Amino acid sequence: MSSDLPSPEDIDPIALANARAKGKRPYFFDDPDVERVLAIAMAIAMEHAVTRQRLDALERMLDARGLVSRAELDAFVPGPEAEAARGRWMQEYIARVLRIVHQGGPEQGGRDQDADLPMQAVMDELRHS
Amino acid sequence: MPAAPPPPSWCHVGRHALFPGSGSDDDARFDFLANLNGFLAGQVLPRVREAYVGRVLPEFERDHGRPPGNRHEVRRALSGDPTYQLWSALRRSTMEMRQQAGRGLVLRQLAALVARAQALNAGSPRLQLDPDVEVPRYASAVDIHCMPGGYHTEVVSDDVLAAANYDCGIFATTGGMLGRYSDGGGRALARWLGQVHPQFKPRRILDIGCSVGHNTLPLAQAFADAEVVAVDVAAPMLRYAHARAASLDVRNVLFRQADGERLDYPQAHFDLIMTSMFWHETSARAMPRMLAEIRRMLAPGGLTVHLEQPQYQGMDPYEQCIRDWDAYNNNEPFWSVMHDYDLKGMMTRAGFDPARYFEVKLQGVVDDALFPHADDTREDYGRAPLWTAFGAWA
Repeated sequence: MSSDLPSPEDIDPIALANARAKGKRPYFFDDPDVERVLAIAMAIAMEHAVTRQRLDALERMLDARGLVSRAELDAFVPGPEAEAARGRWMQEYIARVLRIVHQGGPEQGGRDQDADLPMQAVMDELRHS
Repeated sequence: MPAAPPPPSWCHVGRHALFPGSGSDDDARFDFLANLNGFLAGQVLPRVREAYVGRVLPEFERDHGRPPGNRHEVRRALSGDPTYQLWSALRRSTMEMRQQAGRGLVLRQLAALVARAQALNAGSPRLQLDPDVEVPRYASAVDIHCMPGGYHTEVVSDDVLAAANYDCGIFATTGGMLGRYSDGGGRALARWLGQVHPQFKPRRILDIGCSVGHNTLPLAQAFADAEVVAVDVAAPMLRYAHARAASLDVRNVLFRQADGERLDYPQAHFDLIMTSMFWHETSARAMPRMLAEIRRMLAPGGLTVHLEQPQYQGMDPYEQCIRDWDAYNNNEPFWSVMHDYDLKGMMTRAGFDPARYFEVKLQGVVDDALFPHADDTREDYGRAPLWTAFGAWA
């Protein structure tokens, strides 16, 4: 009955938006983890598109009001200082996004003996030293 | 071949009093999803066919000494193919993202939407809810097309969440091809009746499984003097449907919570009984029972007509398999069974005269001012506005 249900002020909209559909979810890849990562990547792709569209709207409004034209934005060439700062930002951004690649995968195990010390080995070592 | 034009932006979606308020971020989210659907259908699905023809089919023929005999063999053979897996994983993910986007949009303003529905519905004789109506197993066993909670689940009192979510996302899922109000099916039906059967003037119309009334209203508008009854088992849909109709100034529809298998109207009561994209969401027992009820309630000279996706008969097993994807992977558990039926035989067993049975192709009517003409050149296996209408005259 409706009367047993909470009022709209008493719900958690973020958690409810993420409700899953009843019915077993099919996984198509041999490794479901790959599919989970794909789903996260697609959600990020969507949110990136949302940001890009908002930026585009902002540029068009600035242009329409004569504050900054889109032609000026497209023709923008940074000065030496800005160029260096933007280059550093881009490096940092790529490193941040590809951190897991940078850190090496399990197939590269042993490349760095110290970093890849097995935890159990360290536990055993510390238990006796 | 030049790239297909992008679908119209979600910012053009038709608004009414119950439609969720939204900002440009919501437009962008739905535009992303509509374009992603277009990409998957236009760019990735053809690669799946290539993989089938180039790898999967030859391998099957080598192993079995024959081509696949049916869509199930095709499905099992395709399931190990990386291109099929990628397309499927992306498609499933897109569906889930669409649900999340719609629910996120609606939930953050649910209190306001519920209040608006309450204001438009209060005391109206054209909304009849019945809490004793049980939601049939076919509507509750799984959440149909991955819509969390299905059509019927109520999260808050006087809930309209499921309906508002359904209404706001369908424009993106169909790339706007059903028109601003996602009513292209009903409009196609009304146009067909006007053009092909101009003498037919139903006085009483019944729409079974009306959900938010997308396809009910065009018929109610085309036959403005008719009494229209629209039934559904899901209260959130009916609350929303009634408020939506009121805000669109359509006043000749009674929205009623009822099970299509158990309607209390007398024999020969209705002149026109319709459904839209309904049967594939029912069951093997419910469908013939409802058809028999329709036969009972239909007046002499009356018409029953049903919009559906095309049946599988005569379709090659690969296309059947791809169309069947939704059955297995988008929570449409009766889709596969239903699309195998001999509809003419089923309607004959329900009491209709086989000589008065018909099937026609109906193309969606879309908003010419804002949208490209619906075209059937890019079939989207279940999304394109090209329906099979089947039915019979009583």
